[in-house]
Amino acid sequence: MFRKFTLTAVAALALTVGQATAAEVEVEIIDYAFPFEGPFGSYDQMQLQRGLQVYTEICAACHGLEIVNFRNLSDEGGPALPEDQMRAYAEFYEVFDETLFDGEGDFRTATPADFFPSSSLSNAPDLSLMAKARAGFHGPYGTGISQFVNGMGGAEYIASLMTGYHEEPECALEGEPMDGFYNAAFAAGGFPESCIDEDGKHMVPGSWIAMSQPLWGDDVEYADGHSAELEDVAQDVAAFLMWTAEPKLVARKEAGLTGVLFLTVLSVLLYLTNKRLWAPHKNKD
Amino acid sequence: MAGIPHDHYEPNSKGEKWLHSRLPIVGLMYDTLMLPTPKNLNWMWIWGIVLVFTLVLQIITGIVLVMHYVPHVDMAFNSVEHIMRNVNGGHMIRYFHMNGASLFFVAVYAHIFRSLYYGSYKSPREVTWIVGMLMYVLMMGTAFMGYVLPWGQMSFHGTAVITGLFGAIPFIGESVQIWLLGTPNGSIAQPALNRFFSLHYLLPFILLGLTIVHVWAFHTTGNNNPTGVEVRRTSKEDAAKDTLPFWPYFVIKDLFALAIILAVFVAVVGFMPNYLGHPDNYIPANPLVTPSHIVPEWYFLPFYAILRAFDQEVWLVIAVNWITFGIIDAKFFGVIAMFGAIVVMALAPWLDTSTVRSGRYRPMFKWWFWVFAANFMLLMWVGARPAEGIYPYIALIGSTYWFAYFLVILPLLGVIEKPDTPPATIEDDFNAHYAPKADGAKPVASPAE
Repeated sequence: MFRKFTLTAVAALALTVGQATAAEVEVEIIDYAFPFEGPFGSYDQMQLQRGLQVYTEICAACHGLEIVNFRNLSDEGGPALPEDQMRAYAEFYEVFDETLFDGEGDFRTATPADFFPSSSLSNAPDLSLMAKARAGFHGPYGTGISQFVNGMGGAEYIASLMTGYHEEPECALEGEPMDGFYNAAFAAGGFPESCIDEDGKHMVPGSWIAMSQPLWGDDVEYADGHSAELEDVAQDVAAFLMWTAEPKLVARKEAGLTGVLFLTVLSVLLYLTNKRLWAPHKNKD
Repeated sequence: MAGIPHDHYEPNSKGEKWLHSRLPIVGLMYDTLMLPTPKNLNWMWIWGIVLVFTLVLQIITGIVLVMHYVPHVDMAFNSVEHIMRNVNGGHMIRYFHMNGASLFFVAVYAHIFRSLYYGSYKSPREVTWIVGMLMYVLMMGTAFMGYVLPWGQMSFHGTAVITGLFGAIPFIGESVQIWLLGTPNGSIAQPALNRFFSLHYLLPFILLGLTIVHVWAFHTTGNNNPTGVEVRRTSKEDAAKDTLPFWPYFVIKDLFALAIILAVFVAVVGFMPNYLGHPDNYIPANPLVTPSHIVPEWYFLPFYAILRAFDQEVWLVIAVNWITFGIIDAKFFGVIAMFGAIVVMALAPWLDTSTVRSGRYRPMFKWWFWVFAANFMLLMWVGARPAEGIYPYIALIGSTYWFAYFLVILPLLGVIEKPDTPPATIEDDFNAHYAPKADGAKPVASPAE
């Protein structure tokens, strides 16, 4: 399910030249193993389709995907819905078309060329690029070695956020009640004074997030009978959002592999050419 | 300087003679390609070709990106995503361009540190060095403006920090900042994006022109080499003992190195294209939300560390502030230090007093140089850390060493150091590695340093 817990420090750094203040927030990111990690990793089509279902039935109530087209759902290397299913999915939505009704605009049924709707809540961020706009963590010590080894971690972040809702820690009960919900993976939210010790360190990871816990497990019923435990739906929707952020991932890795192989062969040929060319001058002929 | 004696282009056929008497372009190409090159050059002399290749790569990918990019604050971000999603091969072109900037700086830092170790900046190659430093500064400007174009969170707030540096100049700073950004209140908006886009397209072509000047300068003086000993110019025969023509010997050698470097580069682009970037730049620019952690790209980090090292608690800053009646405050001091770090490096030809060119024959210099190189990495690391706890002290020590290296260590070493004796000729050095077969025995080659 997951390999290990990782704690990381996200340095919140307010910058003015010559003067800087900083507060360290620890967050709890679980290093989930996704099928698209590593040079040979690719998306699991079935997982993306399950993630689409979770997105559609739960996330889409508040969040949008405004730079993803419905037609992308049929793209190879992605969810690869059959075209008729993708068209049927698009028809499920209504979009505002400003060319209709003599230029005053009107709603109409969406076509494959339309974009997913935008977020319906003003404080719900668009999710199209979320998996690339969040780093799992920059550790250890800001070196990014973990990202080098395990990938950027945006998908891990999303899945960890989904599973990161816990009971409020005891220290938070002492002071004023906090707005929002305690989440161990969320760095940018409010934090109670009563949970900060004398050295200014946070006693618990994470912070308070405005979004209430969206996934609880068994939120959806998968058509393929796949388990819908919290850990599963969280990873499925994270994988789907990784695809919306990086739809060409599979094509890119294939191109990268081809390029590396080609250049390796070219290097060997050039090495041999160079060796033979220089041999007489290095007195080795 | 007369240049290294070698055979020049002779037009043979009638057609060649006709063209040569009107436009000696074939002769120019011949002399450039057949330039006598010291035959003992090691693998640190390959970075020039990598840099030329990268410049061409960036220009070509950049021209294609411009065909689809929209320099408008409301559309720039989505037009980049349009390239990533809908343009044929667009995601590869964009990732090549984005990571190409990193390849550029890896190569330029290797190139600069090679010059610093082997004394390539010393007479008679000062002009090559100065032109090179100018290109380096232009590269940094170009890279910064390119990073602004996607109009993400880091683009926007990075612009605020960088243009804010100019705002720190006493008296005229605010006017300069407003002039740079093009808005009456100094806000970062459409005018800034437009001019950065314009300059990001222009500067690479100036770089291309300066590349020609840079190559022209060292083709006049001849290449330096690991011994720092000059090619013998007494006769064509003597020169030929020290050199081999650039084509084919160094072209093939450089291409081999380039292929290996590109294999690594393509692996980065293919498998981890966002590793060197910052996730916040995938969030559209929002003036109302400042990212919690503004960090420049990795190649700016050493200078960013120097910028932040001199805060108002450093006694030197306090003293300067007092002497100048507060005109030079901590903020402006940091800006001076950052630009000064590059200026002192550019002055290296006149600060280094040693009579021996190559660091290979300078026993004390070697140590100071490697500390300098390690210090550069240290500054890069500390530049990405928050300015709290022990980090500001590390940055201050690192910055001090940077200046001490150029202003104190290089001038003093030339006086107190007793250098080893370099070989008399390049031929001697080469033969020491690849012994001639005079005794008939098969020589054992050891790789050049």
